[in-house]
Amino acid sequence: MIYRESGQYKTSYSADMAVFPLRQDRIGIFVIIALAYSMAFFGSNFMLQAVLIPFLIFSLAAMGLNLMVGYAGLLSLGTGAFMGVGAYACYKLMTIFPGVNVIVWILASGFFSAAIGVFFGLPSLRIKGFYLAVATLAAQFFLQWSFNRIPWLYNYNVSGAIEAPLRTLFGVPIVGPTATPEVRYVIVLTLVIFLTWIASNIVHGRVGRQWMAIRDMDIAAELMGIKLLQTKLLAFAVSSYYCGVAGAMMVFLWYGGAEYNVFNINQSFLILFMVIIGGLGSLIGSFLGAGLIFMLPIAMGIVLPAIFGPLGIRVGAETIEHLRFMILGALIIFFLIVEPHGLARLWQIAKQKLRVWPFPY
Amino acid sequence: MNALYQIFIEPFIFMGEAPDLLIQTIWEGFVSGILYALIALGFVLIFKASGVFNFAQGIMVVFAALTLVGFYSMGIPAIISLILAIGVMFLLAVTVERVVLRPLVNQPDIILFMATFGITYFLIGLGEFIFGGEPKVMITSQLYLPEGRTNFDILGGFVTIQHIDVAAAVIAIIMIAVLGIFFSKTRIGRALRAVADSHKAALSVGISLNQIWVIVWFAAGIVALVTGIMWGARSDVSFALQIIALKALPVLILGGFTSIPGAIVGGLIIGIGEKIGEFYWGPLLGGGIETWLAYVIALIFLMFRPQGLFGEKIIERV
Repeated sequence: MIYRESGQYKTSYSADMAVFPLRQDRIGIFVIIALAYSMAFFGSNFMLQAVLIPFLIFSLAAMGLNLMVGYAGLLSLGTGAFMGVGAYACYKLMTIFPGVNVIVWILASGFFSAAIGVFFGLPSLRIKGFYLAVATLAAQFFLQWSFNRIPWLYNYNVSGAIEAPLRTLFGVPIVGPTATPEVRYVIVLTLVIFLTWIASNIVHGRVGRQWMAIRDMDIAAELMGIKLLQTKLLAFAVSSYYCGVAGAMMVFLWYGGAEYNVFNINQSFLILFMVIIGGLGSLIGSFLGAGLIFMLPIAMGIVLPAIFGPLGIRVGAETIEHLRFMILGALIIFFLIVEPHGLARLWQIAKQKLRVWPFPY
Repeated sequence: MNALYQIFIEPFIFMGEAPDLLIQTIWEGFVSGILYALIALGFVLIFKASGVFNFAQGIMVVFAALTLVGFYSMGIPAIISLILAIGVMFLLAVTVERVVLRPLVNQPDIILFMATFGITYFLIGLGEFIFGGEPKVMITSQLYLPEGRTNFDILGGFVTIQHIDVAAAVIAIIMIAVLGIFFSKTRIGRALRAVADSHKAALSVGISLNQIWVIVWFAAGIVALVTGIMWGARSDVSFALQIIALKALPVLILGGFTSIPGAIVGGLIIGIGEKIGEFYWGPLLGGGIETWLAYVIALIFLMFRPQGLFGEKIIERV
């Protein structure tokens, strides 16, 4: 009843093809963004540092992977390594040019990641589907090895790790040990909203339709005149850009430092799961999937002791870790059986039901 | 100029200088190649019969080994533990078929592939929950597997060969031969190949898909158990082993996804190529190139022969 579109007449083609055609949707987006910014004032340090900032960063990485796997149909297992490329590129840029604003460098480091992504995407014209995943696995292991074995990348320091130096914006420290979670959260939120807006425009435009055409049947797409190699490489480039920026934000706006093991194959799998559970081919699915998979251990750490504590059964951290793997695996299978299109499809169905509520259809 | 010399001439001089080292390296590569081939064999079995790329093969190896060691540590004699472990793998096959494969019948391959991701993570959690995360020792001597090593004096130096490696190679070759005969000569083997070609056609001839899937996952489970015993005998049984299963991917690409002899040939090429590359060319690049050399070899192979050495040429259906 509240989600009706009656009374909202479209008087132009652009209004008809808008991304959010209902006024309620548009209001909803503004409310969500306003709520998100207000969390900077009302959220506790733990909430910001351990829950919201990583949720946003993983959503960005999942969005990047979703662009490649969900929209273009190119399976990639190298996400962790592309995040690492962005992080190390940002580190080198920050240390070589300390005077330039760090946000510029975070956004620029994605381009290095995109270049590496294009290089490892070159085989995609000859091989497709599952075999392409092996090519990206080669990228993952090779890049992870090079993070460790190329000392120039971590400025020859002894520990082999990179850490975030102090950087300020208008006098307020935003990167480094003294940056407060609130400031970092606002920066991350702004960057994620900006990049999501760009991604939304890409997937609703010509490029997005080209990707979806390639995903559905690439031979027909080629016959229609879509240049396969350029479009696939563009998918690799954009996806790696997003993953690179997410990696740079992960190291400099969340962890504060990193070493090569942070960007291992498990990271790649984790983000792939976020994409699968969230829904392939949907931007909101990236957020939902990241939220579910990232919040799962935190929620379990709170809920399980609350349930079992009064019964006298001690639920230790290692048990939670084991149960987290088991629940994650069971969730993946459950979602693939029940709703292969993921949480985003469930959200769409919910919205559809709301539109006709209280009628069933 | 110096770089060209270092890449193309010097390693071969080094090879010629110490031929016993070369033979040792080749033997090490052969053994690890046989072990990769064993893991790849499990993949090939399931892919041939159900078209599913079973990412969970690696964790099935670990799980099988852990079950065996777990039963033995409860005091059950070794041979009975082995039979019980085989029984557990059968139960696993039935459960997977009932819970995962049956509801996902007719879904695209990518969905089934991701479902095996789910199985992997579930088994990791379950294994750690039941058996604990610390590495265990494989019960090699109790299973009557040989231990110890012999030294051969060859070509001026000496080469060390571990008995367990020879046993692993022999067992692997026997198992591959048995599986090959099983697939080509028996009725069930023919049914498996029919299911691999087309599910609908197999159903129309009267082959029960569910039974076939249970059989093939059970066979893969036995292969996983043998692999786990062999791998565990060389190094301890721990969850790090399941990452090694990722190495089976280049093996499959080289050999072809549906070919059992291809798994062997691919495994040997990757195993020997990896060891020789690491030993003779590794120091040029700073060492540790074993982690990615196999994938790069597979990648180069993919560019020129995507179906592998023995696989079937992929026919694009529009």
